[in-house]
Amino acid sequence: MRTRFQQGLDDLRTRLLRMGGLAEQAVDRACQAYIDRDLTRCHMVLEGESLINAAEREIDELAFDLLAMQQPMAVDLRFILAVTKINSDLERVGDQAVNIAERVMDMVELPTVSLPVDIARMAAAVSAMVRRSLESFIEGKAELAQAVLEMDNVVDRMRDEAFISLVKTMNERPDVTRQALDALLIARNLERVADHATNIAEDVIFWVRGADVRHNVAPETPLHQSVTDTH
Amino acid sequence: MGVGIKVEHLNAWFGKTQALHDISMDVPANRATAVIGPSGCGKSTFVRCLNRMHETVPDAHAAGKVRMGDVDVYNGTTAVQIRRRIGMVFQKPNPFPTMSIYDNVAAGLKLNGFRHRHRLDEIVERSLKLSALGDEVKDTLRKKSGASLSGGQQQRLCIARALAVEPQVLLMDEPCSALDPISTGKIEELIFQLKEKFTIVIVTHNMQQASRVAEFTGFFLLGKLIEFDKTEKIFTTPSDKRTEDYITGRFG
Repeated sequence: MRTRFQQGLDDLRTRLLRMGGLAEQAVDRACQAYIDRDLTRCHMVLEGESLINAAEREIDELAFDLLAMQQPMAVDLRFILAVTKINSDLERVGDQAVNIAERVMDMVELPTVSLPVDIARMAAAVSAMVRRSLESFIEGKAELAQAVLEMDNVVDRMRDEAFISLVKTMNERPDVTRQALDALLIARNLERVADHATNIAEDVIFWVRGADVRHNVAPETPLHQSVTDTH
Repeated sequence: MGVGIKVEHLNAWFGKTQALHDISMDVPANRATAVIGPSGCGKSTFVRCLNRMHETVPDAHAAGKVRMGDVDVYNGTTAVQIRRRIGMVFQKPNPFPTMSIYDNVAAGLKLNGFRHRHRLDEIVERSLKLSALGDEVKDTLRKKSGASLSGGQQQRLCIARALAVEPQVLLMDEPCSALDPISTGKIEELIFQLKEKFTIVIVTHNMQQASRVAEFTGFFLLGKLIEFDKTEKIFTTPSDKRTEDYITGRFG
């Protein structure tokens, strides 16, 4: 047993989970800020971004060291590669949370209007995706990750519905165009968070099963064909 | 050109102790195939069965079928005939210390009664060139002994010696374990080039080396072939848990 290497992998996992917690919290805060028109939460999201960025750099550095110093193979190699990609996705989740918070800060200056979009419902679905993708990573369970992939279609539909209804609103009520545009952009930010959660789930499947499920390659493409498959 | 090796139900014993259990493997022609596994797993015994060196150990014997191209290694051919077609390089370079570099390379041919001097010169030159040693020793071919070379050069001299008899298969039993990284790099580069002309089977403890030089890899454990597959498959997504545990350092 390579004790130091195992400690490095454990450290990488712990750091990524901590970062995942920060990113998840940022999205939740940003969405709650939208619902409550809460500037305090917006500032918390902006301040939290530097922590997420610092975590990204530390995780990359540790992963790079493990690759260079320990020459990982097989499941360990897949784990480290998955971590580096999940790391990047989590950082982007943090960026999307910041975009939402900045949009809310812009919105609170405007009069409150009723819009035909349920951002809270969409935010709940997206948060659940992020949470479950991280759970699939914690437990190393491809089945949990698979469930996240299926949730992405639901969020895509929500985004499409929001787009249609908000464009209609903008056409019919030019006086609320700015509010509708903000809501539309937030819906798009949330949909992108869902995409990152999907990427995370795909990376978990890659780590656990050694299979590439990106870009809807059906049903599941093994990383390498076996000689018994090609003979 | 190299030939493929088809191994079927190969078993090997040292006295009453069975060292290999029912090994079947297709070693493809003109490819490098790595044999990996923990100490005592039977990987060296396996390659020594391919050229019938295993039977040189007292009380050792093997049973099963090994075909090298269209030749049945264990039936209808002598061990000497087989070893002319299969060159072997060992862990520790073993040049003949009292012979010049030239005579080291020519030794196998001379032993087989080859006396054509001009042709011998050509073969020695070509073998040294193939083993990437030509330029380094061209001025001292007949003056210096094989033992005067560095460890890495000695190993390449041994490779040149093995190539001089124009084998179809080259067996390498941990050829870099006694070499520094520069010499190891040269041997690995050599393996990469030599497989165009020969079939190579390399035993190695160094998994990075296996992943660098071999297209196919077989993992042995306790005398059994656990998994044989494309190298990239073995090192990224092995099918057997025991292979994964070994290459990730969880045992062995």
